[in-house]
Amino acid sequence: MNLNPRRIALTLAAPVLAIAVAFVITSLVLAAVGDPVGTVWKVLLDEPRPRTLVNIVNSATTYYIAAVAVAIGFKMKLFNIGVDGQYRIASFGAALVAGYGWLPGPLNIIFAMLVAMLIGGAWAGIAAWLKVTRGVSEVISTIMLNTISAGLVGWGLRSWGQRPEGSNSRTTTPIPEGSRLEGIALIPDAPNRVYTLILLALLVGVAYWFIINKTRFGFDLRAAGASETAAVASGVDYKRMIFISIVASGAVAGLVGMPAFFGLDHAYGMNFQEGVGFVGIGVALLGRNHPVGIAAAALLWSWLEKSSDGLQLQAGVSPALVYIIQGSILLAVVVAYEVVARIEKRLEQSQVSRQLQAREATEGAPA
Amino acid sequence: MSTEAMIDHSVDATPTAARRLPLWAWPVGIFAAIAVLSLVRLITGRNDIASSGTLSAALALAMPIAFAGLGGLWSERSGVINIGLEGMMVLGTWGGAYGALIGGPWAGILMAAFCGAVGGLIHALATVTFGVDHIVSGVAINIVAVGAASFLAARFFGDLDGGSDVQSPPVAQPPKVGIPGIADPLSTIEQKGWFFLSELAALLKALTTGLSALTVIGLALFVLTFYVLWRTPFGLRIRSCGESPTAAESLGVNVYLHKYLAVTISGALAGLGGGFLSMVATNIYRESQVDGRGYIGLAAMIFGNWRPGGLLMGSGLFGFMDALQLRGGGAALHALLLLIALLLLALGLWQIIRRGRTIQGAVAIAVAIAVALIWVVTDSVPGDITPFAPHLTTLLVLAFASQRLRPPKSIGQVYRKGEGH
Repeated sequence: MNLNPRRIALTLAAPVLAIAVAFVITSLVLAAVGDPVGTVWKVLLDEPRPRTLVNIVNSATTYYIAAVAVAIGFKMKLFNIGVDGQYRIASFGAALVAGYGWLPGPLNIIFAMLVAMLIGGAWAGIAAWLKVTRGVSEVISTIMLNTISAGLVGWGLRSWGQRPEGSNSRTTTPIPEGSRLEGIALIPDAPNRVYTLILLALLVGVAYWFIINKTRFGFDLRAAGASETAAVASGVDYKRMIFISIVASGAVAGLVGMPAFFGLDHAYGMNFQEGVGFVGIGVALLGRNHPVGIAAAALLWSWLEKSSDGLQLQAGVSPALVYIIQGSILLAVVVAYEVVARIEKRLEQSQVSRQLQAREATEGAPA
Repeated sequence: MSTEAMIDHSVDATPTAARRLPLWAWPVGIFAAIAVLSLVRLITGRNDIASSGTLSAALALAMPIAFAGLGGLWSERSGVINIGLEGMMVLGTWGGAYGALIGGPWAGILMAAFCGAVGGLIHALATVTFGVDHIVSGVAINIVAVGAASFLAARFFGDLDGGSDVQSPPVAQPPKVGIPGIADPLSTIEQKGWFFLSELAALLKALTTGLSALTVIGLALFVLTFYVLWRTPFGLRIRSCGESPTAAESLGVNVYLHKYLAVTISGALAGLGGGFLSMVATNIYRESQVDGRGYIGLAAMIFGNWRPGGLLMGSGLFGFMDALQLRGGGAALHALLLLIALLLLALGLWQIIRRGRTIQGAVAIAVAIAVALIWVVTDSVPGDITPFAPHLTTLLVLAFASQRLRPPKSIGQVYRKGEGH
């Protein structure tokens, strides 16, 4: 990795710029509709209580895995808009088999996670197959598959789910006591605990970094993403790479629901969080597909979300404001990346031309 | 980051000659569709399958999709992929309701278009000026738009009588229009249950009576779009930006300006689609009212091969399926299985007899027989399957027909002035 100071400054410039722009846009929106700008920022920027802090870490865990799933596709210039659907159908399938409790304790957890990866990968595999054999854009097919997965899961819940006492909605059978994970008391003074499967997120992040940066496969993937023709010329099977990366993305997407499932919910049902796949897209973009960058972005995202809970009560402003902030950050950051990339190119060009001129001056003009 | 075209033509690179349907094919196709529907009604005995009630519901359900698709058409013809249509529709739902509350239905329509256009302008700014990837910008706009609409609704509807943070009070709807004196005779013919004639009467009745003014505006916008994009120099310039921006540039076309205009118009049209939802389909703004219709609109446009006629047919089909499901539930959609079987059978025979493709034809006929068998054995389509029937159709159509689709050539590519070599 190139670690010269200019490069580091330029890499950090984009996100910082984006957050500043989002701050200005949000303040303008608040001022325009006559809401208290100062109070809103005070509520949002307040130091979170230990309990909230745990919630922030927990939801960041979920977003992190979703963002890695999206990032795998991005490395290949593929848009897996379908993380939401893959995660939904995989969570349901895993919850179903985990609920039966065929295997004892921890084995049941690992088995369920494998099932989740398998289902997520297979569901993404439909889009991959359509792309490779029929030339259908993965953007459209995964969007369609999102809705289809919601319908299928609804049907599955009706077929195999159960209705808990005094509730209108169906859930899968709760998993046995032995397969529940208590959580880690990571943050002192907090009454609640961080999901045990934050370790899974860590593992996913490390594996992602290792495979992309340290293996032949990762190299091929990045090469194919950078230039199809160059990759084909160097002997990479381009279609195979497309297929594998979409399926891998789906398999990781299958894991998104696992930390919350084993740590808190214990059954698939009402607490299912929709839209995580779209959050993943935002987080992956903000974190520039880098495992550490994604972690920072996931924490920022969930911190904004959790600290917005107090907005209604303390500032009389709808918590939906946070989506405006997040969306503005996202738009600003992608614009900033483009602008920074252009500046970087120009700086490089002028540096090269300076060096060339300097060399010409010392060597003298050719005779 | 750059995206390839929506449909990747590197797969199966044999280009099929783009054949334009002759003009007479339209009425013939419509008559054939009516005849088949009539046949299905006679066989299944389900009278609601093409009644005027179902058809006018289908029209009302098709319009938001059609508006969104028309918006997609403008944007994508200029070379900009627009999956932000969903978000622009969401902005339109709020705009429509707010405008209608403040200044009546016509103000609502204007406000819906304006709010959508703002979304389009942001998309243009990001994709055209800053060269951001089109999908990325679209996703970001969808996130911002949902938040903005929800925030604005809480701010402006929360304190009103009959409103809440997620819902507006009832708003005034645009007036209904129709040709007077024609409804009764058409109803009489429809009631008779004659083959073909009754369906034709039902269709005419659905198209001529009790239409919302916004529906009429929408249908007029289709004609206008076709005229502007395919019959004026301005439209040719917009389409040239989508096919080959550098060529357009070399001929003196201001590519940035035309892309900006097209994407902003796209947003305004999607906004009208949102306004239709909050002012015509219902009379309130409600959160998550759009519910993926922007994406369906995009799908209808692809389905219609980036042309207004095909797009109108695509949205009509989705609207029809929605209407059947809402009015008749799984049982009505079940009758549609027979329709699918008949169509597949016709397709298979055509493949074998006219094109000599025995294998494809045999597959189609085999599937037709399988579908017909399912139709005989079951008597309803499960209720959970019906809501995603349009999505499944889109996927199947893309899977079987994507090689015959022809998207604009430079779609999704980032263009920068003076850099084409």
